[in-house]
Amino acid sequence: MTKANALSGNRQQDRLFRGLGIVATGLGLAVLLFLVGVLLWDGVQRLSRAFLSGGASRFAQKAGILPALVGTAWLMVLTALLAIPVGVAAGIYLEEYGNANRLAGFLEVNINNLAGVPSVIYGLLGLQLFARLLHLGASFITGAFTLSLLILPVIIVATREALKTVPASVREASYALGASRWQTVSQQVLPAAGGGVLTGIILALSRAIGETAPLIVIGAKVFVSVPQSVFDPYTVLPLQIYNWISRPQAAYFTNAAAAILVLLVITFLMNGAAIYLRNQWAK
Amino acid sequence: MPTRNPPTRTRQRTTERVIELFLAGCGSISLLTTVGIVGVLLFDSVAFFRDVSLWDFLTDTQWTPLATDKHFGILPLLSGTVLTTAIALLVALPLGLLIAIYLSEYARPTLRNTLKPMLELLAAVPTIVYGYFALTVVTPLLQRLIPGLSGFNALSPGLVMGFMLLPLVASLSEDAMRAVPQGLREGAAALGATRMQTALQVVLPAAFSGVMVSVILAISRAIGETMIVAVAAGQQPRLTLNPLVPVETITTFIVQISQGDVAQGSLEYNTIFAAGLTLFVLAFGLNTVGYFLNKRFREQYD
Repeated sequence: MTKANALSGNRQQDRLFRGLGIVATGLGLAVLLFLVGVLLWDGVQRLSRAFLSGGASRFAQKAGILPALVGTAWLMVLTALLAIPVGVAAGIYLEEYGNANRLAGFLEVNINNLAGVPSVIYGLLGLQLFARLLHLGASFITGAFTLSLLILPVIIVATREALKTVPASVREASYALGASRWQTVSQQVLPAAGGGVLTGIILALSRAIGETAPLIVIGAKVFVSVPQSVFDPYTVLPLQIYNWISRPQAAYFTNAAAAILVLLVITFLMNGAAIYLRNQWAK
Repeated sequence: MPTRNPPTRTRQRTTERVIELFLAGCGSISLLTTVGIVGVLLFDSVAFFRDVSLWDFLTDTQWTPLATDKHFGILPLLSGTVLTTAIALLVALPLGLLIAIYLSEYARPTLRNTLKPMLELLAAVPTIVYGYFALTVVTPLLQRLIPGLSGFNALSPGLVMGFMLLPLVASLSEDAMRAVPQGLREGAAALGATRMQTALQVVLPAAFSGVMVSVILAISRAIGETMIVAVAAGQQPRLTLNPLVPVETITTFIVQISQGDVAQGSLEYNTIFAAGLTLFVLAFGLNTVGYFLNKRFREQYD
């Protein structure tokens, strides 16, 4: 082979390889589009005001998702109330206070490991600790405690990443003006890192909203009415979807697809908001 | 005002201490979580292993805790987990790496910044949605191609799981490759290497530990994945590596028993904790390896 041939061969290979990369990326996006397309095809016919405001029914065509929607909303609010303060506080401690001490180093390894524990295992923890030991049963509180522990590592890591981007000069200037450590953190560093922290919180909640397995393990029910208190049993959208998928009748699959569309809209909106915030904040 | 100053300062110092203690307390909750998980899993597993020997658990080839002829061998569940994970990796690794190389070495920054968040939406889709997709779309599609395919099987949820893991592999690998100093690429280019040669022979080896982290995290996510396999893989423990028949994974078994009417505290009930402990040990091992690899990779280029 002459040198010129070898070079053009290399170039052809390179072009082919680039094509492969484009095909792979396209395939990933095509699957996403296909997924959304299938769900629209299957489920959009069932989406109506009656579906959103209806409850359990013996007839698939009359069943709605109101208890699940309300349950999801309550569970998310409770989970956020529990997980956000604790997660952000833990992130602040690790990043701003515990830089050199051994506890912080140990906690870091630990949090990293927790982030990789399968969600179904958090379900086992919630079942034994909250539902049985503390006698909270299959209530909102049990669900919120369990999901909070599940998303805590995500919030902690995101908080730390955001705090890391605040330049040291901000802290030094604050100290130079006589501010204490907490004054510096709460009035300078945290506001400066706010966008990043918020992005992490939204992503963590968007993960919690789709969780199914831990809630099944802690005994969340499916056929319940709209809840009245945080100690009531509840159902959420992913559980309702799982229940409908597990039935043999095709009509329930249509319901499942419609409920999935609702869940996807919520998830994508949250992720869109997070991406938008991240871009705004990066500027 | 000399008289007011000292008490204010002491009070401020006390406030600072209290706040620091509160923050440290919040940090420690993660530690308590770990203790809680290990404690719960060990406590009920000990009860389980009083009735079933560890040897039987690890070597028996049948898992039939609810049948009259009870067997408690974890191998069938483990094989289900390994099988679905392997299929998912066969999709996620090659495609994810190709995407990572394309985004990091070929795509323009504006294109990359548009494509990456779109791909990451794939990871944001709740797994129950993928379960629906596997059961109602992918399985019927595969049945047309493979006549003997069972309605529940490892192949379909495995493939779908692969696409779920795609953004994880692509995103983390791309981060690792972009952390490779530009000078290495310029050096390769100066020696006449094409972009493909640079990517495969210079950038990829330099980013190797970072890429390995993404692979390990993908494996860890796959073995812990529950809903896709619970919906589409069947719920039948079977010691096989045949992707065309129904199987059950460790995670699915836990969900299956949790839904049923098994009496709390019974041997059947305790099986989920023994299964959970197995899963935890697997995930914990993988995460630890990933963590130290990640540390090493970060130190290299910081």
